[in-house]
Amino acid sequence: MTDQPISAQQEQQSATPSRLRRALDSDFYYAFRRSPVAMVSAAVSLLLILSAIFAPLIATTNPFDPTSLNLMNGFTPPMAPNAFTGETFLMGTDDQGRDVFSTILYGMRISLFVGFAAVLFAVVLGIFLGLLAGYFGGWIDSFIMRTADVQLTFPSILVAMLIFGIAKGITPIEHRDQMAIWVLILAIGLSDWVQFARVVRGATLVEKNKDYVSAARLIGRRPSTIMLRHILPNILSPVLVIATISLALAIIAEATLSFLGVGAPPTQPSLGTLIRIGQGYLFSGEWWILFFPACTLLALALSVNMLGDWLRDVLNPRLK
Amino acid sequence: MKKTSTFLAVAALLSSTAVVSAETLKWARAGDALTLDPHSQNEGPSHTMRHQMYEPLIIRDTSGAFVPTLATDWAPSADNPNVWVFNLREGVKFHDGADFTAEDVVFSFERAKQPNSDMKELIGSITAVRAVGDHTVEIETDGPNPILPSNLTNLFMMDKGWTEANNTVNVQDFEGGEITYATTNVNGTGAYRLVSREPDVKTVMVRNEEYWGRNDFPMEVSKIVYTPIQNAATRVAALLSGEVNFLQDMPVQDLARVDGTDGLTVKQAPQNRVIFFGMNQGADDLEADNVDGKNPLADVRVRKAMSMAINRDAIRQVVMRGQSQPAGMIAPPFVNGWTAAMDGESSTDLEGAKALMAEAGYGEGFSIRLDCPNDRYINDEPICQAAVGMLGQIGITVNLDAIPKAQHFPKITDSKTDFYMLGWGVPTYDSEYIFNFLVHGRESDIGTWNGTGFNNADVNAKIKSLASNTDLDARNADIAAIWRVVQDEQLYVPIHHQVLNWGMSDSVGIEVDPEDQPRVKYFTMK
Repeated sequence: MTDQPISAQQEQQSATPSRLRRALDSDFYYAFRRSPVAMVSAAVSLLLILSAIFAPLIATTNPFDPTSLNLMNGFTPPMAPNAFTGETFLMGTDDQGRDVFSTILYGMRISLFVGFAAVLFAVVLGIFLGLLAGYFGGWIDSFIMRTADVQLTFPSILVAMLIFGIAKGITPIEHRDQMAIWVLILAIGLSDWVQFARVVRGATLVEKNKDYVSAARLIGRRPSTIMLRHILPNILSPVLVIATISLALAIIAEATLSFLGVGAPPTQPSLGTLIRIGQGYLFSGEWWILFFPACTLLALALSVNMLGDWLRDVLNPRLK
Repeated sequence: MKKTSTFLAVAALLSSTAVVSAETLKWARAGDALTLDPHSQNEGPSHTMRHQMYEPLIIRDTSGAFVPTLATDWAPSADNPNVWVFNLREGVKFHDGADFTAEDVVFSFERAKQPNSDMKELIGSITAVRAVGDHTVEIETDGPNPILPSNLTNLFMMDKGWTEANNTVNVQDFEGGEITYATTNVNGTGAYRLVSREPDVKTVMVRNEEYWGRNDFPMEVSKIVYTPIQNAATRVAALLSGEVNFLQDMPVQDLARVDGTDGLTVKQAPQNRVIFFGMNQGADDLEADNVDGKNPLADVRVRKAMSMAINRDAIRQVVMRGQSQPAGMIAPPFVNGWTAAMDGESSTDLEGAKALMAEAGYGEGFSIRLDCPNDRYINDEPICQAAVGMLGQIGITVNLDAIPKAQHFPKITDSKTDFYMLGWGVPTYDSEYIFNFLVHGRESDIGTWNGTGFNNADVNAKIKSLASNTDLDARNADIAAIWRVVQDEQLYVPIHHQVLNWGMSDSVGIEVDPEDQPRVKYFTMK
């Protein structure tokens, strides 16, 4: 060990955070405060995320507890007393007598949790495979990227349904309800890693020929250290941008799967499940079962997506 | 969204398209026939599809009276009380041109008695079927069987030559997933021939111009396009838009909307079908529960408590919107053996139910899986969901598994479920049919749909004796006694009798059949 590698490392370490901090401290806030879209999106996202987190405090009932339901409350219109029980509900009730407002809050927890966890899973997997492919090249690169290409030829929702179907087949039925959420995360995450892997691989190809990487290699650092400690911090910002946009897509993917009846179990409805239930009652005029969950999903996905778009513009104009 | 635009587009063109396609019956319902093999799967929608193309010896009309079909007349033999003589219709041809003869009848009965047949319970008392000449058959039973003709209304006749030539003599192994020639091809004597079939997508049939009754029945439909549409809203949208002009399994929430639409009608009648839950009381330990080493459902107090927890009136009011009649026994009111008193025996009593649970040692409750179909009965999945909440009130945590009927029904017949929803219609209009399938202990040729594990030698013997009991009063007394056991044992948890609604365009003329069996040869088209 000599002095040289340490100083190279220090130089490397101090370069990265300062660039990030500079963006956070000046450009980032400046841009944020100059953009009404970003501020509104952030406010809406934050409001929805907070109300999901504190759902048990805000919601008037616990819709996931079947014993608390009274079937006679079913199909109560918003703000009108039920014909049998006389109870009134802010956004009405669904076919099982669940309070739509409470169900939206609890359902949003599932949607957001699945969204965040799936994106995290996809990010970790995508970074791992992308770094491997970009750094080592050769047959590893070919293998990973061709696999990614093959997966890209299928629409991701189909891949997710396939994974969900297989996982459902191998989990014992008794645990299916508890497993459904994790299987959803796995399915959406696995269908989403490709874009992260591609971006990370591309960035790694550029970075790995730079002098600091050559220097690190020269002094005999292990490839895993070079990838994680040296390359990764330099390629994170595009990953963060894609992750934000992916979050909106993952929320929608979860809603789609649940809408198709393969996602969250019917006794624990997510936003997609509620919309599926509600669309059966559109012709008969019970619009509120579909309307409020759909609006919430729209607000959630749109605000996160706008935020992601804005982040992309600010952090990484080249991605435009 | 796509449906809406289709709706708008088609609504504009409705008058013109209606004229062009006046003779095509565009028919939709929630699910498809499970198979076309006439002797596999004794199930309503499967029979409905077969009835258009195959025929039994006898059918029933909408009032329940017999109508001669492939048999012109039938009577007990004068010489032997154990024998029925059926005279067959002459000049009948199968779709491929082969003549229908007594030999085909003998063959069809033999086929329906095979182990894989789902019709064998109906003809369990038959010991021999003999051809006497070309157009007469003798059916011998193991004792005098006064109600034999009732059991033959869904027993379809196949062509012996065609079946043998296509190597499809054996009834398919449905539970095993077997596909045979007869599951996708048809050679019947019926009023319509099969043109094409994609299971769960579309089945097309055309009028059989050579049909023996071509001039006896209206037969105004020249082409049938049958499309299963599982989603209720899509199904109604299809009817509203004119994409279909005849709809079974009308969603109850949309009755008023459809009836109030110009050019559409809803026809209603009480249905010969009861919906209920079965519980596996026979196993020592259950697969689907969280209690180790014992079976909570084996305790009659638990079963009674479960029945008392179900609020049938709430299900009728909210889930069914009044389109059902709460049930206390698993026989529809059409059936010999049904009594108003027994049908009124179910009541909701949460406190009583909790007390019974505590008495049985399950005061803390237990958890169990409920298997439910999602494309068979009216609002089947919402009923199961409602039951989840109601049973939760007495401490029973229910995990619901709602799946398509094609996967649900094999679970019951294969003993893969401990708690399940089932519906039962009674084409014979007699309790014996219910007992044979649902109450008699499960054996290879009887009790095949009895997933409860109930197997009582006395009851079994009584059920067996019904077939040959010619003293109708004594027979009815036996039926009442068997029902008493079923009721006291709470063998099943009855939910309700369905009310049937058919939606149709005004151009379609047909009366509702209480067995939910539309026969297209009776349809008129304006």
